Amino acid sequence: MSRGVRSGLFLVSAAGLTALLLWAVAGLPDFGHYRGPYGKVLNSVAVGERHTTNVVAAVVFDYRGVDTMGEEFILFASVMGVALLLRNPHRERRQVPARIQSDAVRLAGIGFAAGLLVLGLYVVAHGYLTPGGGFQGGVVLASAFVLVYLAGDYHAYRSLSPTPAIDVVGATGAGGYTVVGIVSLLLGSAFLHNFGPLGTTGKLASGGSIPFLNVASALEVSAAFVLLFSEFLDELVVRPEARSQ
Amino acid sequence: MIPLQAAIIGLVAAGALAVVVTRDLVRLTMASSLYALLLVVLFLVFQAPDVALSELVVGAVGFPLVIVVAVVLERGR
Amino acid sequence: MSYLPYALAVWIFAVGLYGVVRSRNLIHLVVCLTVAQSSTYVLLLSIGYVNRGTAPIFADVPKGTRAVDPVVQALTLTDVVVSVTVAALLLALAIQAQRHADTTDPDELAEMHG
Repeated sequence: MSRGVRSGLFLVSAAGLTALLLWAVAGLPDFGHYRGPYGKVLNSVAVGERHTTNVVAAVVFDYRGVDTMGEEFILFASVMGVALLLRNPHRERRQVPARIQSDAVRLAGIGFAAGLLVLGLYVVAHGYLTPGGGFQGGVVLASAFVLVYLAGDYHAYRSLSPTPAIDVVGATGAGGYTVVGIVSLLLGSAFLHNFGPLGTTGKLASGGSIPFLNVASALEVSAAFVLLFSEFLDELVVRPEARSQ
Repeated sequence: MIPLQAAIIGLVAAGALAVVVTRDLVRLTMASSLYALLLVVLFLVFQAPDVALSELVVGAVGFPLVIVVAVVLERGR
Repeated sequence: MSYLPYALAVWIFAVGLYGVVRSRNLIHLVVCLTVAQSSTYVLLLSIGYVNRGTAPIFADVPKGTRAVDPVVQALTLTDVVVSVTVAALLLALAIQAQRHADTTDPDELAEMHG
């Protein structure tokens, strides 16, 4: 099927699909007139039941904790897939890219990397009080590591993030999430049901098991992203054997 | 719907079209980062700060880095 | 006017699909796929919006204030972070295709050898 025929066929069927989708969304309630009960119920009870002020974090890590576990394992599996595809044992070392010569870039980079690390830890820690959480903070932490590569040189980045250590941290995060769920099973309630003292609303010591799940997902997301960047950056530095596989 | 929301919706629609139409890969990286930024503003205007924070860190750091490395690798061979 | 955000989601989806079909480069294809995926975020968030509602975070507003739906935000925020990892997997596949077949044009990659 030639390109022109394919484009023509696509335009015709896309017109039909768009018409069908527009007719479908016209049946939704008006924008702003949210009808469903779950949002309103959760907004009124979540702060009292779980003592966290961020209701979205309570939904992510408590009311819909199983969905988050599934998403974490999707992340884990796709990073494992990238590692499988790009990690090649037979490699010749090519010349490592030269380190950045400009002192201003290096200084600014190190300053910002330290700041990003603190910011990432803050976003993770206060995830259930203000906007934030394990997912957002985990990516910020990973970007602090990448900034070391961008503003410094490859060896500094590699010595900060050795692959075995990152693997262990990522596995601890993914496994830790499941272990918290199993602890809840052992305590007699459902999998991933909230347990532990609820603490005072608005302080860091609140939410029962939500802080543990928060930290576990932050560990997993940050390790997964650092691993992802390492696999991709390795491709730039090391050249695989030509065409033998 | 307040006028700010209508304006951002128009910008996001234009941004999506701009990303799809761009062919040059370096410009595509820039265009996709700008589209992510427009989405961040849209999510903020829809009163979703957590989602906006996720999209911000992913669209500014995660996604462009992965694309840039892929582009460099594709060119280098 | 009240269906504008839903129409935006349909528009973004159609535009992303158009980019996927007409793409001449695997990397451009992955980016257009990400654009098509962002239409689902827009649709989810606009379903949960409440007129004159605020964000569902009660750190500094009293508990009874009208707020938007937190469930759709929870679904969307994990999705955003995970989708970039899946896009990275697709880009790794594109890199492998470039290595073995020496091209990133989807039209030339159509046949399977071996």
